Amino acid sequence: MELTLWTYEGPPHVGAMRIASSMKDLHYVLHAPQGDTYADLLFTMIERRGKRPPVTYTTFQARDLGGDTAELVKRNISESVERFKPKALLIGESCTAELIQDQPGALAKGMGFDIPIVNLELPAYSKKENWGASETFYQLIRTLLKEAASENSKISPQRWKELGRRPKVNLLGPTLLGFRCRDDVIEIQRILSEQGIDTNVVSPLNSSPDDIKRLIDADLNICLYLEIAEASCEWLKRNFGMEYTTTIPIGIENTINFINEVHKKLDLPLTNKDELENKSKLPWYSKSVDSNYLTGKRVFIFGDGTHVIAAAKIAKEELGFEVVGLGTYSREIARKVRGVAKDLNLEALITNNYLEVEDAIKKTSPELVLGTQMERHSAKRLGIPCAVISTPMHVQDVPARYSPQMGWEGANVIFDDWVHPLMMGLEEHLIDMFKHDFEFVDGHQSHLGHTAVNTEENKNNSQNIESCIKEIIWTDSGKAELTKVPFFVRGKVKTNTEKYALSKGLVEISDETLYDAKAFFS
Amino acid sequence: MNKVVFNKETGPREVFCGLTSIVWLHRRMPDAFFLVVGSRTCAHLIQSAAGVMIFAEPRFGTAILEEKDLAGLADAHEELDKVVNDLIARRPEIKTLFLVGSCPSEVIKLDLATVAEKLNKKFLGQVQFLNYSGSGIETTFTQGEDGALKALIPLMDSTDEEKLLIVGTIANNVEDRFKKIFKNIGIKNVESFPPRQSTELPKIGTKTKVLLTQPYLSDTVRDLQHRGCEIIYAPFPLGVEGSTKWILAAADAFKIPALKVHEVIAPLANRARQAIEPHKKILKGKNLFLLPESQLEISLARFLHNECEMNLIEVGTPYLNKELMEEELNLLPENTKIVEGQHVEKQLDRVRESQPDLVVCGMGLANPLEAEGIHTKWSIEMVFSPIHGIDQSADLAGLFSRPLKRNQILTTKTLATQK
Repeated sequence: MELTLWTYEGPPHVGAMRIASSMKDLHYVLHAPQGDTYADLLFTMIERRGKRPPVTYTTFQARDLGGDTAELVKRNISESVERFKPKALLIGESCTAELIQDQPGALAKGMGFDIPIVNLELPAYSKKENWGASETFYQLIRTLLKEAASENSKISPQRWKELGRRPKVNLLGPTLLGFRCRDDVIEIQRILSEQGIDTNVVSPLNSSPDDIKRLIDADLNICLYLEIAEASCEWLKRNFGMEYTTTIPIGIENTINFINEVHKKLDLPLTNKDELENKSKLPWYSKSVDSNYLTGKRVFIFGDGTHVIAAAKIAKEELGFEVVGLGTYSREIARKVRGVAKDLNLEALITNNYLEVEDAIKKTSPELVLGTQMERHSAKRLGIPCAVISTPMHVQDVPARYSPQMGWEGANVIFDDWVHPLMMGLEEHLIDMFKHDFEFVDGHQSHLGHTAVNTEENKNNSQNIESCIKEIIWTDSGKAELTKVPFFVRGKVKTNTEKYALSKGLVEISDETLYDAKAFFS
Repeated sequence: MNKVVFNKETGPREVFCGLTSIVWLHRRMPDAFFLVVGSRTCAHLIQSAAGVMIFAEPRFGTAILEEKDLAGLADAHEELDKVVNDLIARRPEIKTLFLVGSCPSEVIKLDLATVAEKLNKKFLGQVQFLNYSGSGIETTFTQGEDGALKALIPLMDSTDEEKLLIVGTIANNVEDRFKKIFKNIGIKNVESFPPRQSTELPKIGTKTKVLLTQPYLSDTVRDLQHRGCEIIYAPFPLGVEGSTKWILAAADAFKIPALKVHEVIAPLANRARQAIEPHKKILKGKNLFLLPESQLEISLARFLHNECEMNLIEVGTPYLNKELMEEELNLLPENTKIVEGQHVEKQLDRVRESQPDLVVCGMGLANPLEAEGIHTKWSIEMVFSPIHGIDQSADLAGLFSRPLKRNQILTTKTLATQK
């Protein structure tokens, strides 16, 4: 038994729902008690979907348990098939149904429907959401392509040449409730089409069971999200010899690496290599002098495997940060994350306990946290800027604007999203100049919003200072010199000088006092 | 009884389970902790219903059952003991710990009563342990509160003092208003259940007169009756009409003349009716369809029909206690269609056929209906907003007029730009 106050991932059947809801012509009959329908709101509220997830909950009650719950399952299956007319059916159980062992999958298969039925066995007491999504996607592909697997010869990634057409690829892994999947898919398709590569199928997002049957028309699979698509890519490789890409195109270098990997696998010459450096603004923005202040900023990274691995590379190599902490809640990707951490001389934090993550943030005292919405809350409590890089999904992670993480535009988005919570270079410089002002007591952090600042204490401090300052007299020469100070800093210079005078026990401020103060504060 | 039309429906439901009520119960009693003994689904449900906005460590959590716990029951008891020890070490300020049963804990027949009993001995004088079930196989949404309150009743001492006990969670400011009104009409001894601190439970006895603020407390009512409490049957305090009749019923039980009540509340009622007026202009003549969720549906329907002049197409409720609802049912217009239970698909078919102007429904259904051009109000807001009492009547009407008003604004603008 594990005490959980909050969890990064839902149960595995929610992962299955992500696959079902992402697709068309697919229906999921879930043997589940009343209440499990809460999961619908993840899609309709967080993702703002205008469609209900294609899920029928059998809704068994305590009084059904003594009777025939199997009959209830069968009734729901036939009603669903009749009403929704799906082209394939997913059958599964939530945690409670797993305990009563009605075996709904076997029941469904015995009912004589002429559509493919996928029996999902998702152990609710040992696995979690992303695993459930991965397993569902894999089982669906396996069911729909099982027959083709036995007859098909191996698919060479270079066969497009013999077939006399442009190369075409599948993009695998984007789902609803996945981080910026909607826009990543557009960005990657745009990049590929610039290289003369067609997209055969994007799946699961907006695809149908018929599209899944067409996966084997492609020459190569693009694995966009390890958590969701790696198992499926492996199966397609084993059974059809289909190669898949392993570089996740997040960040400049990995987008370039990705393009190279695709070209190499397809044996397609890369003709615009030099152009690639200039496709995104990130490299130049990172080189521009304002970004000097980014150098060595201490950053703590936590999230799903795919996004933290990418973030670590971008932070270190493309923005010049220092990564001081790295971790993931994706146990399935833990080995890869540990490897990345080791290269950074860190030990990866693998946990599903947000309080452990918060403690780790405290211990490393970073200047920026890259995490999930939960780390955003933790960072806020600790007064540290934060940018969100990973699921679990929050309504803010589904922005109205085009906002991918992958590819060139993704790199632009990442630059803005990560840097804006920090102070900008010039701003940081100015704040440093005036940091002794009473307005900046407790440390001014420009973009943080609600930091824990003791306002009562501040008020008292400023009142004390003001009451003393009334006693100080500005001489004519002092006043004259003050007017020469640029207006936008004049107020600050005045207060600083008065504070200086006060600390030295002076009653008059002349032009000389002003220069003394300037020297003192510089 | 008025001739309303009762229907029952079974099938797939789109409702929350009783665990969801933890979201408001833990806020009402800040010295209590709610530990669900369940699965990752339970944990995910509560955090999703509460929103991911956890700004501080929450006062609820889940002891997630793992495969090894399912293997043998003795193990599970020990494991739970360990979780509780950790929790109390971490949160020493907890005074009451509710062990909340879930679907999986009920199915494997985990005996939380025995666990609570053992823990009570162990932590005697430090923390009190209670148990109830919020499982979806037994409870719907608000029924979780019924279970939690029922569990507290054995801890309440007996008294012969005459008092009015207001039962059901309401917002603190609403509670204060009610107490002031009762004081002004001459009922001095008024207490609330649940109290604001789990350890400050009111005493009860044969001279306790119970006035319900919420319609979903069937089990609590039964146990209070067993303790000798007198139940005051009344409509529920939603809207001017419901609140007035509710206060009058209490006054009657304390033999206070109705005239005295009217003297006190007439100015409030007049003020509230005026405040409802602008909302009524929007709601009048509009067709309303209520899907089942909180058991507040019948009272809401009565308010929206009688005071806002909406037409009722269908009033869904997850469960109907005819005894507790009798006063409400009498106030509904004739031939009101009441549907107990749900077949969500068939009900949505009826929604589409009847083309209502407003549908009250859960969060899973709201945006999909909006996308079909049907306006909605999510029902969960009724249990999170202060809606009870005369003073809140206009706010309550506002919850329903806002979506319609918003639609008018947006449509006009869209049309304007299209010209």
